Amino acid sequence: MAVTRATTPPAVVGWLLLLPAAVLLVAFTHYPAVATFYGSLFSTPRAGRPAVWVGLEHYQAMAADTVFWQSLRNNALYALGTIPTSMALALLMAVLVNERLRGRALVRLAYFTPTILPMIAVANIWLFFYTPGYGLVDQVMRLFGAPSHNWLGSRDTALACLMVVTVWKEAGFFMIFYLAALQSIAPVLGEAAAIEGAGRWYVFRRVTFPLLMPTTLFVLVNAVINSFRLVDHIVVMTKGGPDNASSLLLYYIYDVGFKFWDTSYAAALTVVLLVVLASAAIGQFLLLERRIHYR
Amino acid sequence: MRRGLETLAAWLLGLLWILPLAYAVWTAVHPREYSARFVVSAPLTLQNFVDAWNAAPFARYVLNTALLVTLVLVAQLVLCTLAAYAFARFEFAGRDVAFLLVLVQLMIMPDVLIVENYRTMSRLGVLDTVVAIGLPYMASAFGIFLLRQTFKTIPKELDEAARVEGAGWLGTLWRVYVPLARPVYLAYALVSVSYHWNNFLWPLIATNSVTSRPLTVGLQVFASTDQGVDWSIITAATLLTSGPLLVAFLLFQRQFVQSFMRAGIR
Repeated sequence: MAVTRATTPPAVVGWLLLLPAAVLLVAFTHYPAVATFYGSLFSTPRAGRPAVWVGLEHYQAMAADTVFWQSLRNNALYALGTIPTSMALALLMAVLVNERLRGRALVRLAYFTPTILPMIAVANIWLFFYTPGYGLVDQVMRLFGAPSHNWLGSRDTALACLMVVTVWKEAGFFMIFYLAALQSIAPVLGEAAAIEGAGRWYVFRRVTFPLLMPTTLFVLVNAVINSFRLVDHIVVMTKGGPDNASSLLLYYIYDVGFKFWDTSYAAALTVVLLVVLASAAIGQFLLLERRIHYR
Repeated sequence: MRRGLETLAAWLLGLLWILPLAYAVWTAVHPREYSARFVVSAPLTLQNFVDAWNAAPFARYVLNTALLVTLVLVAQLVLCTLAAYAFARFEFAGRDVAFLLVLVQLMIMPDVLIVENYRTMSRLGVLDTVVAIGLPYMASAFGIFLLRQTFKTIPKELDEAARVEGAGWLGTLWRVYVPLARPVYLAYALVSVSYHWNNFLWPLIATNSVTSRPLTVGLQVFASTDQGVDWSIITAATLLTSGPLLVAFLLFQRQFVQSFMRAGIR
């Protein structure tokens, strides 16, 4: 027994250990990524009409597809609107609960709770808040004398309403990472600066914030991925409407692929999404490189 | 003075953050006519929960979700442990390339490969089952990465000591590595369970019937078709859906927060 063990080369054992995970990873991540691109070069098979090679036709159609461009633009706006806001709030929350304050555990609980809820549940709750007339939002607006408004039903506000939900849900999640980072910074640094007569804002700007840079980068990448990955709330709240005003890229893919069953065009759209995600990955890599050289 | 202001700011922000949830609870525990009216004397009721529970097969949905998160977690723990051990402690040709290929999944998650994965599930003939929902997530790059980092911090001497005593690589993994990584396993498990409990888009696509739908999809089907706009019942159903996880979170708050921290900073 011991002899066979000793004679099995480590390389074989290594690959055997890796094998189960590798099979599933290839089957459900690498293969679909490649197959998506390949499939986007064929027409969608329909009853009695098998798929035929169409080359880049789907991409040409995409270039002329206003809904695609609008979804992409919406997605960019959505990312720009939600990421800096939720990150800034997350940092503020982390700084606040990192101090000794009365009821700290409760406050932290309040910030973090939305993170635990399913997006689908969150979206249903907010759908109610945005109800014209008697929803929470309209009730609050009425206190300020504003008229009733169809928040999710009007083109100007639908996307912004979704952004609010996202910020509410994600800020507490990102707070955790900032909190972890803040707790690992030695308090001595701040104290030393304080003895030198530096103000708190100055210490934060010149000492704390630079030390939080790796966390900021980590959170940023996660936030970017999330802004392209999570569309549950759109399914519940607006279905991309009105007039595609709140459609995001992945939601459009879902619409094309599973409502119109135009799977090849959906594959072509997915390729665009993969390119976006890959750019985020490469961007992160380059930023990390620079930081290492900087040190 | 400054401290007082900060405390006040922290509390106000906390109130603002908990307000939506508090409002949902208010709506769910009061009769319909009080769903958006705040009267202190409004009578409390659990009828909305009872109505929601009876209006859709939520018991089945809970069972499906429980099955799903268990299946995914068990598969993840086994697969990621083996792979992480290979990456952390074995030398073999192609290891670094393989590791990079694993990391690809951190960026390109199964959540966005819905079109092609649907096709694969259809070919495998497993559509509309709990297995179909779980399969794409079982080999988790995040889990492999997390455990690899942990295994690498375990002193090689412990490994060698176990081998001298006659343990094979599997025995060493089980008796040395797994026990020492227990906090990381807990952290990963909490993150995984809450992720899959809450996951929606892929389960929505992969399932089509009561026997396989998880809670999130069940809630959506219920809220969008079975009900008019009875917000009291819909919010009650919403809270039911999030309830088990929320209760677990409140009970194990410290572990949850620490787990998310631990999972993030590695």
